[in-house]
Amino acid sequence: MSTPAQDRTLVAPISDAFSAPFWMAAAEGTLLIRCCNACRAVHWYPRAHCPFCFSDDTAWQASPGTGHIYSVSVTRKAGPQPYAIAYVTLEEGVTLLSNIVDCNLDGLRIGDRVEVVFKPTEGGAFMPMFRPV
Amino acid sequence: MSIRSKAYIVGAFEHPTRKAPDKSTAQLHAECARGALADAGLELRDVDAYFCAGDAPGMGALSMADYLGLKLKHVDSTDTGGSSYLVHVAHAAQAVAAGKCRVALITLAGRPRSEARTPLAANVPEVPFEAAYGVQTLNMYAMVAARHMHEFGTTPEQLAWVKVAMSHHAQHNPHAMLRDVVSVADVLASPRVADPLHKLDCCVVSDGGGALLVVAPEVARSLKRPRVKVLGAGEALKGQDGGRVDLSYSAARWSGPAAFSEAGVSPADIQYASIYDSFTITVLMQLEDLGFCNKGEGGRFVADGNLIAGVGKLPVNTDGGGLCNNHPANRGGITKVIEAVRQLRGEAHPKVQVPNCTLALAQGTGGLLGSRHGSATLILERE
Repeated sequence: MSTPAQDRTLVAPISDAFSAPFWMAAAEGTLLIRCCNACRAVHWYPRAHCPFCFSDDTAWQASPGTGHIYSVSVTRKAGPQPYAIAYVTLEEGVTLLSNIVDCNLDGLRIGDRVEVVFKPTEGGAFMPMFRPV
Repeated sequence: MSIRSKAYIVGAFEHPTRKAPDKSTAQLHAECARGALADAGLELRDVDAYFCAGDAPGMGALSMADYLGLKLKHVDSTDTGGSSYLVHVAHAAQAVAAGKCRVALITLAGRPRSEARTPLAANVPEVPFEAAYGVQTLNMYAMVAARHMHEFGTTPEQLAWVKVAMSHHAQHNPHAMLRDVVSVADVLASPRVADPLHKLDCCVVSDGGGALLVVAPEVARSLKRPRVKVLGAGEALKGQDGGRVDLSYSAARWSGPAAFSEAGVSPADIQYASIYDSFTITVLMQLEDLGFCNKGEGGRFVADGNLIAGVGKLPVNTDGGGLCNNHPANRGGITKVIEAVRQLRGEAHPKVQVPNCTLALAQGTGGLLGSRHGSATLILERE
């Protein structure tokens, strides 16, 4: 069976003063995650404070954007075309909600290695997604 | 302070409608309140506390309390999605135990079949990082099922058994939306909506509602209805833990032991269980986390009719559950308490009534099991 991934119309994310650097980096092809300078833990989704030690001394950190699929569901009946929603665990240890794209959706398996790609939204911002490597 | 034996459920009402195009949501709340008051033998003026969640129109309880004509000493509009109403029973018991009120009314109602869904608020912190990916209720449960299959070898056939059991119960419920008995093969032959879940792994969408009355012991003793005592309660939330996502367990891992400890009983003592069944995987996950079986063994536990009344070891959702009977306002928690009350009163359908049922559990999971959810556990005893 083969279900090719198709590009979908993506709602633009809301950017604010805190998250603006994330979306600017995404437009240039870089995935940023958030790191705590106090306890050194990385976290996702990005916050100004660390959800582990509650320090407000946190900073952006560039990620190579490689990891593996933690879980995936090809969603077949919720939109105009099927798409794969997934949790991807990055090498840094954080797990992101995302989509797996540019692939045969029916071939996706938990544990598959993936790398980040960026897809344009309706508002011009880019969302990080992942494709099999 | 424990709430053990400090409060009683004396009124329980499930609205018979499953589609209400000609009634407002507020009207459905009022009809449910009237039904629960009539069931208990109480009047509106007896109510001194009111509990509602996000399905209630208006800000918190302000509009509904005014609409219903309530004079209140205590109010609580905690919202943990479909599990809210189990939390409300626990909070009502706490308020009664603390002497803050004597008669607490809890209502739920909504019209997801007749009314458009309200969009997500723009200021929710995770939304910019998640909404574009097509988050749906069903795929946030499907990913949990996919992971469970990967880690523990759970099969689609085992998940289907949950639906089969609910359909066996629903055939006896004249109000159930889906009354046809289905087989494992029927579930697997239904369209896949979000892998690995099929259409028949998903609950119904229904208009409707329900109401409960939680009262002080002296009020319960003054009424003619059988007394259902709140023996123990637990509540917990689980999110993504800063990106350390683990889909192998739910917040029932925490709410369950808290409730069992307060009640002084164990899973082996439970004669009937209402287990929130938004999807088949939801039931399997909660049964494991509550301790009815070991982690990873839920698939084997639910298979071969083990949840069917009169057939298996643990009768679950004898009204047909959310999977076949009713999931009003996309929030099924209140129906979980209502069927547990029916069982403890001996008022369930004769075909599914658990003989001499004195100890029951009601369990809710609200929100999205795969990202952020609330769990609430109640243990109830017939006095």
